[in-house]
Amino acid sequence: MKILVPIKRVIDYNVRVRVKSDHSDVDLANVKMAINPFCEIAVEAAVRLREDGKADEVVAVSVGPKAVQEQLRTALAMGADRAIWVETAEDADLGPLGIAQLLAALVREEQPGLVLLGKQSIDGDNNQVGQMLAGLLGYPQGTFVSGLEVVDEGIEVVREVDGGLQTLALRLPAVITTDLRLNTPRFIRAPDIMKSRRKPIAHTGAEQLGVSPAAGPRLLAVHPPEPRAGGIRVESVGELLERLRQAQVI
Amino acid sequence: MRTLVIAEQDRGRLAPATLNVLGAAGELDGPCDLLVVGHDCAAAIESARVLPGVERVLVADAPVYADRLAENLAELVVAVAPGYSHLLAAASTSGKDLMPRAAALLGVNQVSEVIAVESPARFRRPIYAGNAIATVESDDPVKVLTVRQTAFAAVEPAGGTAEVVELEQVIEAVATRLVGEQLAESERPELTSARVVVSGGRGLGSREGFELVYRLADRLDAAVGASRAAVDAGFVANDLQVGQTGKVVAPELYIALGVSGAIQHLAGMKDSKVVVAINKDPDAPIFEVADYGLVADLFEAVPELIEAL
Ligand SMILES: Cc1cc2nc3c(=O)[nH]c(=O)nc-3n(C[C@H](O)[C@H](O)[C@H](O)COP(=O)(O)OP(=O)(O)OC[C@H]3O[C@@H](n4cnc5c(N)ncnc54)[C@H](O)[C@@H]3O)c2cc1C
Ligand SMILES: Cc1cc2nc3c(=O)[nH]c(=O)nc-3n(C[C@H](O)[C@H](O)[C@H](O)COP(=O)(O)OP(=O)(O)OC[C@H]3O[C@@H](n4cnc5c(N)ncnc54)[C@H](O)[C@@H]3O)c2cc1C
Repeated sequence: MKILVPIKRVIDYNVRVRVKSDHSDVDLANVKMAINPFCEIAVEAAVRLREDGKADEVVAVSVGPKAVQEQLRTALAMGADRAIWVETAEDADLGPLGIAQLLAALVREEQPGLVLLGKQSIDGDNNQVGQMLAGLLGYPQGTFVSGLEVVDEGIEVVREVDGGLQTLALRLPAVITTDLRLNTPRFIRAPDIMKSRRKPIAHTGAEQLGVSPAAGPRLLAVHPPEPRAGGIRVESVGELLERLRQAQVI
Repeated sequence: MRTLVIAEQDRGRLAPATLNVLGAAGELDGPCDLLVVGHDCAAAIESARVLPGVERVLVADAPVYADRLAENLAELVVAVAPGYSHLLAAASTSGKDLMPRAAALLGVNQVSEVIAVESPARFRRPIYAGNAIATVESDDPVKVLTVRQTAFAAVEPAGGTAEVVELEQVIEAVATRLVGEQLAESERPELTSARVVVSGGRGLGSREGFELVYRLADRLDAAVGASRAAVDAGFVANDLQVGQTGKVVAPELYIALGVSGAIQHLAGMKDSKVVVAINKDPDAPIFEVADYGLVADLFEAVPELIEAL
C-alpha cells in the first residue's frame, strides 16, 4: 500500500505571531517556519506503517511556493520515500477547497491506499482539508485520530470526539486526519538529513494536474484579539476568596 | 435568504451547542430551519419544535443515521441544501467532521469557528491559536459556517412553534462503520457550557493528584478541564482538554491549577470572564491572563481553598 501525506509549512508553534500595523495580515517576515505539528505526526504514522510492513511507500506532498521544499526535506528525513512539490505562486489565492482540489487530482494520479493529513494547521486553524479531500474523492474519512490499525478489510481508527473516543472501521482507500496523541514524532538525526538529500522531490503544478483551484474566502483584515485587562496578584487563599466574592463569581 | 442549522446531538438529545448556533443564525437575515438527523431522536425533535426562531424542523430519523457518520450525513446535507443561503453547525468535533465534507461536495469553502457575524457574507474568526482575528468575506452562493459556541448567546429553549417535516431521503454509509464508542459519563456540568470550570495541568503530578481538581470542582458545582500535558500524562481523558486543539470554554470563572499557560492552552480559555491561576512559578505565562493570580504550591493552597469554601 502506498500512503500519501500532505504536509504544510507553517509558523513554528513556539512563536507568538504579531499582526501587521496596517491590519492587512499577520507579520511572517523573519519568523521561524516549520512543518505543521499535526502533519509531522501524520508523517510519523505513515513511516511507522511502512516500518511495520503495512505499507510499502510513503509519499509526502506540499502545496505552496518554493520554500515548502524545506518541509518536504524534513518529511524525507523522517523516512518518507519521495516527495512531490505542487508549486503555487507566493500570492496564490488558495483556500482549503483549492488545496483539497489540488490534492484530489494528485490522489487520482498516485492512487494511494491511504491519505494521512494533519487535522488542522496551526496558522489557519481551518480543520477542513482532509474532510474536503475525502468528500471530493468519495472516500470514507476518519478525523481527529489518536489510534490506527490496519486490518484485513481496511483500517480501524480511534477518533477523539467531544464525548470521548469513537472507533470506526474504514474501507480503503480512505482519508485520515491526525490528532496530537497518535504518536510522538521521531527526532531527526544528522545521517537522516544526509540520506534525505538523495531522495527525489518531484515538481508539479495546478496546470499539470488539470485543476483551477477555488479561491478561498477573502481576507479583509486581521486584528489582534481584545487584550485582557491586567489582573492582580493575591497574597493568600483568604484574599483570593474575598476577591472572588466581591466579583460575585462564587 | 434562508438558514439551515444542523442540530448537535448527544445520545438522542439536543445538545446545548445548538442553542448557541441558533443565536448566531439569528444574526443573519431571513428565516431559519433546523435539521435533526439520527435514529430514535424523538427527544431531540420535541426540544427542537419549541426553539424560538425556528420555522421548520427537518427530521431525518432512520437506522442508517444512528451513528451520525460524516460519509452519509454530508450527502444528506447536500440533498437538503438547495434553497438555503447559509448552512450552520457548531464547531464541535461532529460539526468539524461533517461540514467541510458537505462544503466540498457543494463546491464551496467553509468559514471555520465563526465568532462574529458582521454581515450575511462577512465573518470574524480566530487564527493562529487566537493570537489574531481575521475578518473574511465569502462570495460563495451558499455560506457554510461552523460556529464557536462560546461566542454567541444561547436562545431560550422554549417559546417557538416550528412545523416538523419528515425527510424521505435514506442515504447509507457504505465505506464507514462504527465499531464502538467510549463515552465519558459524568454527573458534572458539561465543560463547554458550564458557569465555572476548574482546570488542572501537569502540576497536579499524577492521576491521584488530579483528585484535588475534582474536589474543588465539586465544591463549586464546576466542570473539570485539563491541559494537554495532563491528558497526555494520563491524569484524565481526552474529552477534558481545553485549548487550540481541544475544547474552547468561556465560563464566568476559570480556575487554572498547575497550568503554565502555553499559547495553545490560552487559545481555549482566554475569553473566560474571570480567570484565577494558582501556580508556584511566579513567571508562568498563565499569570498574564489571570485576573487573580496566587503564587503558591497548589497542594497547600487548594485544600485550604476547599476548606474555606
Ligand atoms: C500559496 C498559498 C497562498 C495562500 N494565500 C492565502 C490568502 O491569500 N489568504 C488566506 O487567507 N490564506 C492563504 N493561504 C492559506 C491557505 O488558505 C491555507 O493553506 C488553506 O486554506 C488550507 O487551510 P489550512 O492550512 O488552515 O487547512 P487545514 O484544513 O487546517 O489543514 C489540515 C491539513 O491539510 C493539509 N494541508 C493544508 N494545507 C496544505 C498545503 N498547502 N499543502 C499540503 N497539505 C496541506 C495538511 O495535512 C494539514 O495538516 C495561502 C496558502 C498557500 C499555500
Ligand atoms: C500543535 C499543538 C497543539 C496543542 N494544543 C494544546 C491544547 O489544545 N491544550 C493545551 O493545554 N495544550 C496544547 N498544546 C501543548 C502546550 O504547548 C503545552 O505543552 C501544554 O499546555 C502544557 O501543559 P501544562 O501547563 O499542564 O504543563 P507545563 O507547561 O509543564 O506546566 C505545569 C505548570 O505547573 C506548575 N506547577 C508544578 N507543580 C506545581 C505545584 N505543586 N503547585 C503549583 N504549580 C505547580 C509549574 O510551575 C508549571 O507552570 C499543544 C501543543 C502543540 C504543539
